[in-house]
Amino acid sequence: MSAEIYKKVRANPRFAELEGKRSRFAYLLTAIVMASYYGMMMLVAFAPEVLRTPISEGGMLTIGVPIGAAIIIGSWLLTGWFVNRSNGEFDQMNNEIIREASK
Amino acid sequence: MIKHKHLLSAALLALASASALAADAVGVAQKQPLNLTAIGMFFVFVVATMGITYWAASRTKSTADFYTAGGGITGFQNGLAIAGDYMSAATLLGLSAMVFAKGLDGFIYAIGFFVGWPVILFLMAERLRNLGKFTFADIASYRLDQGTIRTFAAFGSLTVVCFYLIVQMVGAGQLIKLLFGLDYATAVVVVGVLMVIYVTFGGMIATTWVQIIKACLMLFGGTVLLFLSLSQFGFSLEAVAKKAVEVHKDGIKIMGPGSLMADPITAVSLSLGLVFGTAGLPHIMMRFFTVPNAKEARKSVFVASGCIGYFFMVVCALGLIAITIVGTNPEYYEGGNLAGKMLGGGNMPVMHLSKAVGGNLFLGFMSAVAFATILAVVSGLALAGASAIAHDIYARVICKGSATEAQEMRVSKIATVGLGVVAVLLGILFEKQNIAFLVGLTFGIAASTNFPILILSMYWRGLTTRGALLGGLAGLISAVTFVVLSKAVWVVVLGNAQAIFPYEQPALFSMPLAFFFTWLFSVTDSSARAKIDKAGFDDQYVRSQTGIGAASASAH
Repeated sequence: MSAEIYKKVRANPRFAELEGKRSRFAYLLTAIVMASYYGMMMLVAFAPEVLRTPISEGGMLTIGVPIGAAIIIGSWLLTGWFVNRSNGEFDQMNNEIIREASK
Repeated sequence: MIKHKHLLSAALLALASASALAADAVGVAQKQPLNLTAIGMFFVFVVATMGITYWAASRTKSTADFYTAGGGITGFQNGLAIAGDYMSAATLLGLSAMVFAKGLDGFIYAIGFFVGWPVILFLMAERLRNLGKFTFADIASYRLDQGTIRTFAAFGSLTVVCFYLIVQMVGAGQLIKLLFGLDYATAVVVVGVLMVIYVTFGGMIATTWVQIIKACLMLFGGTVLLFLSLSQFGFSLEAVAKKAVEVHKDGIKIMGPGSLMADPITAVSLSLGLVFGTAGLPHIMMRFFTVPNAKEARKSVFVASGCIGYFFMVVCALGLIAITIVGTNPEYYEGGNLAGKMLGGGNMPVMHLSKAVGGNLFLGFMSAVAFATILAVVSGLALAGASAIAHDIYARVICKGSATEAQEMRVSKIATVGLGVVAVLLGILFEKQNIAFLVGLTFGIAASTNFPILILSMYWRGLTTRGALLGGLAGLISAVTFVVLSKAVWVVVLGNAQAIFPYEQPALFSMPLAFFFTWLFSVTDSSARAKIDKAGFDDQYVRSQTGIGAASASAH
């Protein structure tokens, strides 16, 4: 029963549009997370002294701490953005496509 | 120095088993006097979860209820359960111990274990939910040859489940001996029996709720501990750091990247193995089938990564605080010698910290949480193993879909009991063995066998049955070979002087091999089966993107 619907979905240009938008978004966010993590790993490997810079004059906490926390919190916020956009904008488009196909 | 190095590698391994407690991390623990507070609190946990199991049993009627709670878990609940799978005794003990010993290095490692979650969400969560029904093999064999790939994927799952169960069982025995003062064998049997009861009677509903409760207890315990210990420093992280730098033997060095990160290849290989190994663990993937739709699946990763990220930061802060509070108190060292061995082993700082700031009652609470953690994880593993046996091998491959629901349920329950018996026996058998290599093996196989097949079947039209099988085998063989040639087996178990493979995690090398051979044997495959495999991609693709035809929640 589904084969016919799948065919209709594929024929719908809006499916290609949705698919393109959604994957570009997912790849972009993946790239941001990976770049920030492996960027930090590069610092660790090749310029560790950067991460040893104190936050404030005479303080003991180094910028390694907030940078690390920023990666964790930042990538979590990105998941929030992803969920928000997927569950809103993309799902709406998706539902319309399904409705058209099952007509 | 050598002892110090050993402690580090032990902490690393503890961490490597992100949702396990590597037995090596605890070592062959010294039995402690009976801790009645801890046992009492654990007893309360058991009574509460038994009540839930009783309730869940009345709601577990179909195979869908049993394997996936009928798809009736909400995104938020599932997020907590996933977080529970990831916030293990090993992260609590191992991660804090790493920060305790090495400062910022431990935190940098923690980030490597976190960043996998966003990526799993962006690339996999939705497709997993839309394509899967009960098991990981459902997805892997969606358009490929059922007999071959389902069998291969099911055995892949079972191998991972069994190795991981041994790791957990041995870890449970050692930890409980240490924290509760119970006998090793008693501890292993208690874990095995409780696990079988949760799973056979309560199925996925009970397993999920045990995990949710445990996750909440863990978050609560960690937060209270952080609050209590920070209050001693006027709630200033700068004050904590200042004091830690003063008393730590490495001084200011602990606030920057140090020796632990001297070998970035190991670090990257470990993080690859963890990120993609996690995505290839059958009991984690299974969680994506328990929510009603892709929307909830996405939400659950958002909740899970929030909890995990928060917990990791708390645990790292606890490690830093322990440097001052535990590291300068002779009471926590053997013979009161601050330069000597810590009581109970190198992974105990956070437990000693609990005692130092919260007294015996709080230590008992944290010990009970650690035990509950292991119980929750083994239950998930047993369920994943039982579904691979009953759903994939029995119902789909042997009976070719003709088994009735009642028959499949019976097989799954027998399989759970069987897994329980095997787990207890192997747990006792491996008590004195060094099983650190099993952690590398588990994650190596998950990352190099399960994960490549899974991701390629979802993303690459050209994947064929032959490619998946031979590529998967290449990943399996190379992961096993690298682990055997690494220090954990070649030196520690087999007694050779020098490891042939210099890294602890095989993923950086075995994953590319798996991908390469999958590609090679797929593109050169011109069989009739290959045409069917590729032709199936279009429909699978539409389903994975839109959710049309996806298994839906059963009505309750």
